[in-house]
Amino acid sequence: MQSFRSLTKAMFLGFVRDKVSLFFTIVFPLMFLVIFGALFQDQGTSPARIVQVGDVAVLDDLRDNAPDSYEALFEVTRSDDLDAAVETVRQGDADAAVSQNGETVTVHYSAADRTNSAVVLSTLNGVVDAGNLQRLQVAAPDVPVTTVDNRQVEDESLSAIQYLTPGLLGWAVSISGVFGAAATLVDWRSKKLLRRLRLAPVSIPEVIGARISVSLATAMIQLAVFIGVASLPVFGLSLTSYWWMAIPVLLVGTMAFLALGMVIGAIARTGEGASGLANLVVMPMAFASGSFFPLDMAPDWLKTISWISPLRYINDALLSVMVRGNDPLSVLPQIGLLVAFTLVVGFVAWRMFRWDDL
Amino acid sequence: MDVAIKVADLAKRYGDLAAVDGVSFEVKTGEFFGILGPNGAGKTTTLEIVEGLREPDSGEVGLLGMRPWPRNPELAMRIGVQLQSSAFFDRLTAREQLRTFAELYGVSSARADEMLEVVGLTDKARTRIEKLSGGQAQRLSIACALVHDPELVFLDEPTAALDPQARRNLWDLLRRVNSDGRTVVLTTHHMDEAESLCDRVAIMDSGRVLTIDSPAKLVRDLHAATHISISSGFLTVEQAAGVAGAEAHVEDDGLDLTFTTHDPARILTALAERSALDGLRVRGATLEDVFLELTGREYRA
Repeated sequence: MQSFRSLTKAMFLGFVRDKVSLFFTIVFPLMFLVIFGALFQDQGTSPARIVQVGDVAVLDDLRDNAPDSYEALFEVTRSDDLDAAVETVRQGDADAAVSQNGETVTVHYSAADRTNSAVVLSTLNGVVDAGNLQRLQVAAPDVPVTTVDNRQVEDESLSAIQYLTPGLLGWAVSISGVFGAAATLVDWRSKKLLRRLRLAPVSIPEVIGARISVSLATAMIQLAVFIGVASLPVFGLSLTSYWWMAIPVLLVGTMAFLALGMVIGAIARTGEGASGLANLVVMPMAFASGSFFPLDMAPDWLKTISWISPLRYINDALLSVMVRGNDPLSVLPQIGLLVAFTLVVGFVAWRMFRWDDL
Repeated sequence: MDVAIKVADLAKRYGDLAAVDGVSFEVKTGEFFGILGPNGAGKTTTLEIVEGLREPDSGEVGLLGMRPWPRNPELAMRIGVQLQSSAFFDRLTAREQLRTFAELYGVSSARADEMLEVVGLTDKARTRIEKLSGGQAQRLSIACALVHDPELVFLDEPTAALDPQARRNLWDLLRRVNSDGRTVVLTTHHMDEAESLCDRVAIMDSGRVLTIDSPAKLVRDLHAATHISISSGFLTVEQAAGVAGAEAHVEDDGLDLTFTTHDPARILTALAERSALDGLRVRGATLEDVFLELTGREYRA
């Protein structure tokens, strides 16, 4: 036990004094969180840019009766030249050109930007329908009207950060686990430190146990830093009540990544080889596990690959307990799969363990 | 308990290369024993087998009466090993490094600090190992090998890549380690180091032990000639020939006039009588000459 404690202490000191690995395990994934968080923040809130050609009664009525909605929905420029307005739309500088002739509202839009044209079309339709409905109600006030009440299933505060935080946290833990184990093993072996330890009264479980403790502590630091930064008002992460279930998920996940890193550390002979090999595993794994974008958007073959990725189960489980607010027991299947992965890969790592390059 | 190490007929092959080829020797308790030879002679492999890091293809090793292979934790407490490269934990200070090793052996940190003092690194206690000079790192490495007070110490080329001053300092340290009663086994490719430190040396080449004896005895048994040099120009060719007589050989390279003789006393007396002792140097045979005699070729370290 004494050896285990001393090794853990030595390894932890070595880790926190290493600026480069601190950067790659904590700051680097955090940079992605900050960048993606900022990128996706105002998504869908920008008003449609339309060119109003001549008088358009529906728009003018909206501006006079509900100026707030008008401001929020549209960014209007006025023009008297229809051809010039259409050309503006064609160039992508406006989302639609709108004119009105009697009871007909004409909308010119571009198919080049499907998302924005769909938004502007449905918004204009909505405005016109609302105007029609108002006139019909005035004409026949006794006829009841059916309305739709839209409610989002998630919390009102739902934003990209809710999905980004679990995925990027999982990725961060995979980096520190895989790289940490692989680099330590290769580095200690090539520096003959493992050989030196072999000549001391130290056992393999003590050496590996020390590495595991340091990685588990690192994962907890990553969790705290990620939640801390994502919860800043700028990003506005709001956790659900069972977020603490992320702790056991990350602990088991770290073990899975360590096992993976130990196998890489046993294969590679140099530090460069180990970090190259670790990159080769971690980057595709992050893409195939929905760390950067939801797997629903991924092609089928990528979804198939994701089934063998431990990171996928970590991301699923983190999303489930941190954001979706599922109860703690709901992530037991993922935890079970991670334990199974750790046992299988850990066994391989154990068999491949070498004290020495002899 | 008189014999600390007993090695019999050790052999280890790597493919076609016989790295160690029938090596036998014994080291007595308290002895300073050197394994000497050029690079690639099989010194390190022999040492690694004795320490229990490698399994020999054949042969027997007895270390303090035990077998070092497979790994023997009981032996780990009784032997101290300093490896060729500096096997340190990254980014720890000298003191943290030594205390970590002390803890691994269940030794107090007071003892670790004491060892730091012994190797003269107290003023470097807070310096990270990456910032230590070669000599300081080597001394720290030796302190790590000695921290649990082992009775048997292995040092693998401890002075390799050190400047002459650092080497001399380290020699003093190694002498103290041995005079405390520990058995020390040292590999080196420096002949002068072995000559200065070791009670007995085994000279190795191509995986074999060529000879084992005390350095002084090996040199004496060589009956090698002594070289006596003085500065050129003090003696004429005739005078030099007169001093040399029939027995000695004379050579003048323009800088030094050198007599090669088996009777140095006679030449020195004759030179003194002529007051021709300017720039006098007397060089006897060294272990290098022993190596040359044994292998018929120059020593290449």
